[in-house]
Amino acid sequence: MNDVSTVAQWRRVCPLSEIPRLGARVVRTAHGNVAVFRNDTDEVFALRDHCPHKGGPLSQGIVFGRHVACPLHNWTIRLEDGKAVAPDEGCAATFPVKVEAGEVYLQI
Amino acid sequence: MKKMKLVMVGNGMAGARALEELLKIAPDLYDITVFGAEPHANYNRILLSPVLAGEMTLQDIMLNDEDWYRDNGIKLHLGKKIVRIDRVARKVVAADGTEERYDRLLLSTGSNPFILPVPGKELDGVITYRDIADTEAMIVASGKFRHAVVIGGGLLGLEAANGLRLRGMEVTVVHLMPWLMERQLDKTAADMLQKSLEKKGLRFLLQKETAEIVGRDGRVAAVRFKDGQEIAADLLVMAVGIRPNTDLAQSAGLYCNRGIVVNDTMQTFDPVIYAVGECVAHRGIVYGLVAPLFEMAKVCANHLAQFGIGRYEGSVTSTKLKVTGIDVFSAGNFGGGPDTEEIVLHDSVGGIYKKLLIRDNRIIGSVMYGDTVDGAWFFQLMRDGQSVAEIRDHLMFGQAHLGNAGHQGQNKAAAMSDIMEVCGCNGVAKGSITRAIKEKGLFTLDDVRKHTKASSSCGSCTGLVEQILASTVGGAYTPQATVTKPMCGCTELTHEEVRKAIRAQKLLSIPRVIDALEWHTPNGCASCRPALNFYLIAAWPHQAEDDPQSRFINERAHANIQKDGTYSVVPRMFGGVTTAGELRRIADVVDKYKIPTVKVTGGQRIDLLGVRKEDLPRVWGELDMPSGHAYAKALRTVKTCVGSEWCRFGVQDSTQMGIDLEKAFWKMYAPHKVKMAVSGCPRNCAESGIKDVGVIGVDSGWEIYIGGNGGIKTEVAQFLVKVKTKEEVLEYAGAFIQLYREEARYLDRTVHYIQRVGMDYIRKQLMEDPANRKALYERLIFALQDEKDPWVERIKGSAAHEFEELSI
Repeated sequence: MNDVSTVAQWRRVCPLSEIPRLGARVVRTAHGNVAVFRNDTDEVFALRDHCPHKGGPLSQGIVFGRHVACPLHNWTIRLEDGKAVAPDEGCAATFPVKVEAGEVYLQI
Repeated sequence: MKKMKLVMVGNGMAGARALEELLKIAPDLYDITVFGAEPHANYNRILLSPVLAGEMTLQDIMLNDEDWYRDNGIKLHLGKKIVRIDRVARKVVAADGTEERYDRLLLSTGSNPFILPVPGKELDGVITYRDIADTEAMIVASGKFRHAVVIGGGLLGLEAANGLRLRGMEVTVVHLMPWLMERQLDKTAADMLQKSLEKKGLRFLLQKETAEIVGRDGRVAAVRFKDGQEIAADLLVMAVGIRPNTDLAQSAGLYCNRGIVVNDTMQTFDPVIYAVGECVAHRGIVYGLVAPLFEMAKVCANHLAQFGIGRYEGSVTSTKLKVTGIDVFSAGNFGGGPDTEEIVLHDSVGGIYKKLLIRDNRIIGSVMYGDTVDGAWFFQLMRDGQSVAEIRDHLMFGQAHLGNAGHQGQNKAAAMSDIMEVCGCNGVAKGSITRAIKEKGLFTLDDVRKHTKASSSCGSCTGLVEQILASTVGGAYTPQATVTKPMCGCTELTHEEVRKAIRAQKLLSIPRVIDALEWHTPNGCASCRPALNFYLIAAWPHQAEDDPQSRFINERAHANIQKDGTYSVVPRMFGGVTTAGELRRIADVVDKYKIPTVKVTGGQRIDLLGVRKEDLPRVWGELDMPSGHAYAKALRTVKTCVGSEWCRFGVQDSTQMGIDLEKAFWKMYAPHKVKMAVSGCPRNCAESGIKDVGVIGVDSGWEIYIGGNGGIKTEVAQFLVKVKTKEEVLEYAGAFIQLYREEARYLDRTVHYIQRVGMDYIRKQLMEDPANRKALYERLIFALQDEKDPWVERIKGSAAHEFEELSI
């Protein structure tokens, strides 16, 4: 018997159109806030909304290419793997995310 | 798509830097093969002196080790010398027979030390000072022998002599000219330098020409001069200059004069063959310092990457001697002539000498000894060709902003110990900076900012960091060229060029700019996008597309983000005047939304701190007050005193003047925050002297001051004009602010803008041309027409997604 709450499942977040291009939305989850990003080619990424540097909300940063710049101290974080761009070091947790029929799903 | 083949011959600093730059902007364009004659990968040649002096090890000075080449998919042939280029078959051939085809060839063969053609030059113990092998030979010799002679009293010779002395040898420096470093220093500075070096135990023989190197059993034993004098030598270092290594290029029929001749895109006479570095003659000049070589590398990479922008137009170079404890700086031309003037400060007892050479109000050269604090600043003024007419009377006393509040008045990097804090924002000590520069091979201020964070926040320690950089890397140091500095890594264009293109080509959106100006990145970066967004709306008000995703979060959420991710709200109170009703509403909002901190700001407003983002629209709605724009690069506050309405001394109604100014210009976005103040009498209680625009009421009217700053770089505002009426105050203030909006670089405050263009220019624009002043003012009024209060819009529900969280 698996406890449902501990098994990662795909959950619907919102229509893709509700995430601004080159922007993000904050999703409240049982595991804390998750930032779901959308870049200008409509790729989506999900990271824990917590910069490895000083915990800044990455969801509020400027998105460019596959990167986001943290709004607190301008660390650049890679969206695919949550890693800080050198020479900075650190990592924000990533979550699987997908778009199906115009809806964004997050696995958590 | 088959990749093109790029072959590089020579694996030194210039070539490797060109590859780094190329991989940054076009990582998949070429299959790259590199041939290096030395057995080592790319190391930092300019740090050989500290290695010789025992301050660093070889491991410390590697810039790109073999792993770097492997990780970037570059085929590296070490210890292989290319002996032939076949331009018809487009292939290179190495001495051991290795062949490689190329589509593009990059020559970076560097230079060879010049050997004096005297008898005995091939004896054991006669070496040059150029590479790792030479350095190692010197270190070994210093352990076995006693008498070293260095021929050549230039930069390299002196550093070699100093290193050998530190390793315990008796060192004599022999120099042909009447004084040391004659190409960088005048006689006064050179004499002071010689005295300091003599104190360190070096001996000098000037105006001596070597006739013969005398050997014993195949090894050097003495040096004989043309005047018959002879001195003992067990080790002889020749440091009399370098010759560009053009043999290979010449054998392939490429045109060479002093070096391999290249054009402004670093192409030789065969357009598929490029050349960079010391082997190159560009516009007839051969460069031997790292800074220009890196500039060439960048241009070359740009062209190889098929970007049509970026040209190398020659460099102005500076020199610094890397001998611990001795400060010498020289840049440009110091000889002078009939049309040049000199400013000299000389304290022979204190060991300080500074000379500036000026032509047409521009610095064309400087020599400094003993106190080189302002070397970087003078060099920058010189490179930028900035007029010094206005600052001439205090030019010699330097740039007084180095190490202001919070830096313990430190202004000499050399005098600081390693544990002293340089950057007060990020807590970076001098030792961390010098270590990073040496170990990570950093050369520019940007490098240091990236790796250490020093000078990357408020910038007030920038001068200090530049000094540390200059004294650590010596001649390789280049201050940031402010005139030609590209906007960011996404483009080669400067802020000015971008603004001009936006106007000329009527570009109305960021994607249009990125497309039309060939940005290297698909959608810019966090540094250029906010700037572009402002440039667009400043150039084309009501027409350009304002992109909220290109604005910093504060301007997207219309509140200031705080360290914990909550926001602060500052409602606008025109001129700092409020009412009981407003205060009651503020108090009620604080209670209802449990706002933890209420604070009075320096700009006479009330700040509510710790508001949750989703509460913002409701907080604004219940406050029912206009946005204070305290979060924006915009007009923030107009500070006032009570003026003639209440004050016994007030001669003008400053409160009303402040309200009028604020009502006229609020909602105005700018390159940076704009602060104003109005005082009702010369006692200046509103502190108008440190505001972007400060107004002071006097009995007969108003005085207007501009370019003041109370923050990072405390700067007293400069007098602009005295006027009689309120209308004139509005017109002059508005016209100046509009000029700033149209011409300043994003994130430059008015003080920086005025420093760049000069107060004379501002006066010309505003005072000598009333029509232009009126037009500027009207453009500002037009831009502000129908501008909405962002809070009111959001209370109505616009951009709701910005404030609503999702849940699953």
